[in-house]
Amino acid sequence: MTLAERMYVPAILSGLGITIRHFFMKKATIQYPEVKRYLGPIFRGHHVLKRDEQGRERCTACGLCAVACPAEAISMVAAERKKGEEGLYREEKYAAVYEINMLRCIFCGLCEEACPKQAVYLRHDRMVPVFTERDQVIYGKDRLVEKLDDRYIRNNPDAQATPTEPTLSRSVG
Amino acid sequence: MELTVLVIKSLVILAVFGITLLIATYSTYAERKVAAFLQDRIGPNRAGPFGLLQPIADAGKMFFKEDFIPAQASKWLFILGPCLAMLTALMSSAVIPFGDSIRYASFDVPVQGIDVNVGVLYVFGVVSLGVYGVMIGGWASNNKFSLLGAIRAASQNISYEVALGLSIIAILMMTGSLSLRHIVDEQNGFFQWNVFTQPLGFVIFLTCAFAECNRTPFDLPECETELIGGYHTEYSSMKLGFYLFAEYINMFTSSAIISTLYFGGFQYPFMTQVHDALVGSLGSSIGHNIATGIGTAVLFGKIFFFIFFFMWVRWTVPRFRFDQLMNLGWKTLIPLSMLNVVLTGTGLLFDKFKYATWLIVIVMIVLAATNAIKAPRRKPVAVPQI
Repeated sequence: MTLAERMYVPAILSGLGITIRHFFMKKATIQYPEVKRYLGPIFRGHHVLKRDEQGRERCTACGLCAVACPAEAISMVAAERKKGEEGLYREEKYAAVYEINMLRCIFCGLCEEACPKQAVYLRHDRMVPVFTERDQVIYGKDRLVEKLDDRYIRNNPDAQATPTEPTLSRSVG
Repeated sequence: MELTVLVIKSLVILAVFGITLLIATYSTYAERKVAAFLQDRIGPNRAGPFGLLQPIADAGKMFFKEDFIPAQASKWLFILGPCLAMLTALMSSAVIPFGDSIRYASFDVPVQGIDVNVGVLYVFGVVSLGVYGVMIGGWASNNKFSLLGAIRAASQNISYEVALGLSIIAILMMTGSLSLRHIVDEQNGFFQWNVFTQPLGFVIFLTCAFAECNRTPFDLPECETELIGGYHTEYSSMKLGFYLFAEYINMFTSSAIISTLYFGGFQYPFMTQVHDALVGSLGSSIGHNIATGIGTAVLFGKIFFFIFFFMWVRWTVPRFRFDQLMNLGWKTLIPLSMLNVVLTGTGLLFDKFKYATWLIVIVMIVLAATNAIKAPRRKPVAVPQI
């Protein structure tokens, strides 16, 4: 080491210069609960059971998603479509009960890949909310099936790179 | 002493006490904010606007924690430790002149707790008492790591007090007085500030002040990796809070002392002109008090800058190793401060020349520069091909 290096002072001064530059830099922090960052079109979030263009449930209760699920989080009960229910279910067989245990789910997306009817999706714009009680963790059809006034489309042209949760979730289609 | 003088005096003392506590409280907030900003973060901003209520939330959290005393600890000493740390931290701000004087009727009451003529000695006495709080706390915890931390703190404080004292002696030789007010009065005029007459002494004093406050880069007593938490490993609740709080009060007092000794205290350029103009336009009483207020504000500006500097250094420089600490203290700072004293004395004897110590600085810079030029160029380290 040279004398200048052994005197500490020049090195400390240059260090102080580096840190004070960072003091005035733009901060990278995103104020999370208020502002959310756009996580991309392939983020695996909240499950959704899609309806088709005419509003019929696509799921035919084949059980492939339950088989594919590595965490064994999915269970369902199949039922046969009655006369007059053609507007509700697309196939002749449908899921009367469809439940996902969100404590077990690891959000791997294998159910989405296994589904032959493009019925189950992990939506990219919404996360499963935090739960505090055990009876809140089993999600039934009431919370999984897509709402008709709140349709989900993956490639949302309205989706912005700037973090604004409300515009992301309000997808019309 | 007249009753009015007594009332004004006690108001000043109360204000100094309150302001010390307030600044120490908000130093904890400022520390977190500065740390965050230096690391490209935002810092606490949830409690109140800009997180301004954060210190109150922290204090509330501290109070509601379990106040634990280890079974094998020496109970009374265990309680005495943080009290002593807090007491000594609060005592030292009594002699700092925070402003010129308050003029009321025919009285001129100095804005200072007590104007003792051995102010510097008082500060030193109280600062060296401060190590007892750490030592007693560490010993009473009955824990190896606490004791090791306390011993480190004691040895570090004793080592650096020597250099601290020696660096001040040069100032005392120039002023010829131990009174802090006298030292401030002596520094009228910008280039009379001791930082310009004693540049080396200032650097030594600053370094030693860091060590005395147990701040990074000299925070070995609370070294987490080696000592778990240092002397306050066994402490919890508000006793721990007192230790941490005492550190911030110490930081405030040392900033105040640095500004007083080296940066002209409440003096600022063109002070007499401003004072005369105010007295001329507003009358001798109100004008004088406003001029005093400006001086106090200037002093607090200097203090805040040094508090910021303490934090700035803390989040820049990594911690020293213990042998490096001792080498720096005993083999570098003490000889340098002795040389500083000798050269200042020579300069003063030789026609009252005050700027003699610049010689050391110039020689050091020249030596370092020539050494750096002569040093063999380091070859860039070959990057292994992958």
